[in-house]
Amino acid sequence: MAAEEFKNDPDYIIYKPIIEKGRGAYILGIVLVSVFLWTMYMYGTQLIRGLGITGLNSRISWGFYIVNFVFFIGISHAGTLISAILRLSKAEWRRPITRMAEVTTAIVLAIGGLHPIIDLGRPDRMLNIFFYGRLQSPLLWDVTAITCYFTASTVYLYLPMIPDIARMRDMGVRPHWLYSFLSWGWRGTPHQKKTLDRALSILMVLVIPIAISVHTVISFIFSMTLQPGWHSTIFGPYFVVGAIFSGIAALLVVMIIFRKVFHLEGYLKEVHFRYLSTLLLIMSFLWFYFTFSEYLTGIYGSEPNEMRTILYKFTGDYWPFFWGMVLCNFVIPVVILSFKKLKTIKGIFIASMAVIVGMWLERLNIIVPSLTIPRLNYTPQFYAPSLVEWALFLAGLTAFALAFLLFSKFFPIISVWEIKEGREEVMSVKERIDGYQPDTDIKREEK
Amino acid sequence: MFNWGMVIDLNKCTGCGACVSACRSENNIPNVGPEESRAARAIFWMDLLEVVEGEFPDVKVQYIPRPCFHCEKPPCTKVCPVRATYKNDEGLVAQIYHRCIGCRYCMVACPYSVKSFNWYEPERPPEFRQTCNPDVSLRMKGVVEKCTFCNHRLQKAKDRARFESVELQENDYQPACVEACPASAIIFGNFEDKKHAVYRLGKSNRAFKMQEDLGTEPKVIYLARED
Repeated sequence: MAAEEFKNDPDYIIYKPIIEKGRGAYILGIVLVSVFLWTMYMYGTQLIRGLGITGLNSRISWGFYIVNFVFFIGISHAGTLISAILRLSKAEWRRPITRMAEVTTAIVLAIGGLHPIIDLGRPDRMLNIFFYGRLQSPLLWDVTAITCYFTASTVYLYLPMIPDIARMRDMGVRPHWLYSFLSWGWRGTPHQKKTLDRALSILMVLVIPIAISVHTVISFIFSMTLQPGWHSTIFGPYFVVGAIFSGIAALLVVMIIFRKVFHLEGYLKEVHFRYLSTLLLIMSFLWFYFTFSEYLTGIYGSEPNEMRTILYKFTGDYWPFFWGMVLCNFVIPVVILSFKKLKTIKGIFIASMAVIVGMWLERLNIIVPSLTIPRLNYTPQFYAPSLVEWALFLAGLTAFALAFLLFSKFFPIISVWEIKEGREEVMSVKERIDGYQPDTDIKREEK
Repeated sequence: MFNWGMVIDLNKCTGCGACVSACRSENNIPNVGPEESRAARAIFWMDLLEVVEGEFPDVKVQYIPRPCFHCEKPPCTKVCPVRATYKNDEGLVAQIYHRCIGCRYCMVACPYSVKSFNWYEPERPPEFRQTCNPDVSLRMKGVVEKCTFCNHRLQKAKDRARFESVELQENDYQPACVEACPASAIIFGNFEDKKHAVYRLGKSNRAFKMQEDLGTEPKVIYLARED
């Protein structure tokens, strides 16, 4: 009976993937799980045999794992930050995209946060960080910032989900125990609504400085050392800008995929993509500005150690990665997003994918060449990742896909109550917008 | 007060590598084998840097012995998250192998790249087990290690001085590389003792420190080659 009523809901299409779990989802799930299990087997071999089975060596002692760590944490800036800023600024078009942004953050942050552990030579002694932790070490700042951000962003994801979960509980969606547990007795009373609203207002203000601090602190890991190419004051904001840049691109990719698969064209309209891709374009210019300043300062001063690293990036073994990064992060997105003809959903998808690849290359370009060319005169060694490092990169990606699949099969991927609220609040929004307008002569006279 | 330090005279150094092999056998440094060596994973507490100047046929090769510099302001101890590397009471930069979590941040932070990592469980063939130095603890897979200025010798010398109720004399304590150098190119001692050779040579006009501008204040002073 309840199900019948549910089907008449105007937003039923959002709940559809949860109620009607198709065969495709199971097949995809099985494929992802088996790939993930294989990567975990590879990690097991690394645990038993030691980090020797990676491609790292005495000079280049940080490689793929740290690159992916910075990359994944960067992606996580999509969500919470964008959703918080849009909520704060009361942008009405945010409603269908906030949930997706927040989920992206939570999942990617969990994956990224685990990367330093797979990079440890002695993961069995990880708890020493709590027993003997030194707060003077940037790594401890990192642990603190990431745990803080993870807590804040999961709470920030979960709170606005409560009304939707409660609705599914009321409609008898199975598994019932899950929804009744997670909805915390939400009945939608005015008092509850007010409390939720308050909690969200506090969280969205709180989460912005936390998000910015996370990537700043990650950049500090590098910039606090004396290595050429790392020891730079610009790194904090540079990393934050890069993180938001890659985050928006990831969000766009996720939106385009779900729009296609779940037939959400009625919710994720062209206007959402237009606004977000304009933001992506702005971030692309901002990224170029930071990159340009960073390298120009190095080249103009031409301190020999700094210069060797820069030349190694520009013309050495790393030239394809460096110039590939410039191509993916600047040339492709700017060309696609500047022309209206190219700025279609397909075009935006290509530009976003390019940015994701480009930002990954940027992390690689920052971390590896500085270690390849140390200050003392050692023979440069080219770093090539081994199978296990590729496998664990794949592990991160499959974990992301798998977690997203699971989430979308149990919870609505679009915040339904916020959409409903948006429809109801059209009048008040109109009033608010009228409030922005300059007063007309008649109004002035009235005053 | 002791301020242990080393002076390496590049005029005298012949590049024979005796310091390297003495160091290896003194400190139970594992051999990683040719394949791993080619992948730049060999462990050297004392390394020989090779600097080639000029082009064929007018080539000059300079070998520079490179121990840990035991900086007065070490960049590596600053970044360690668990205090597995720290400056001990003697002013030497030490490692705690059983605490190290293997994050390799200290390796990355050291501007001289002196630290080595145990990528695999170190293998010790049975023949080698008999020759292990019982004073130096063996390292395990996944930890960082580096030159300690043969700290165990200092401990022994201190113990002996205590038993014999005499003051520790500085020449009681000499690292293995210093003892082994056939050309006496490496001199070790107390920089505080104005009568000792290290003090005098440290003030020489040939004296320089590696990457002095970084402000790490290394306790290893090189004497430049004159030619």
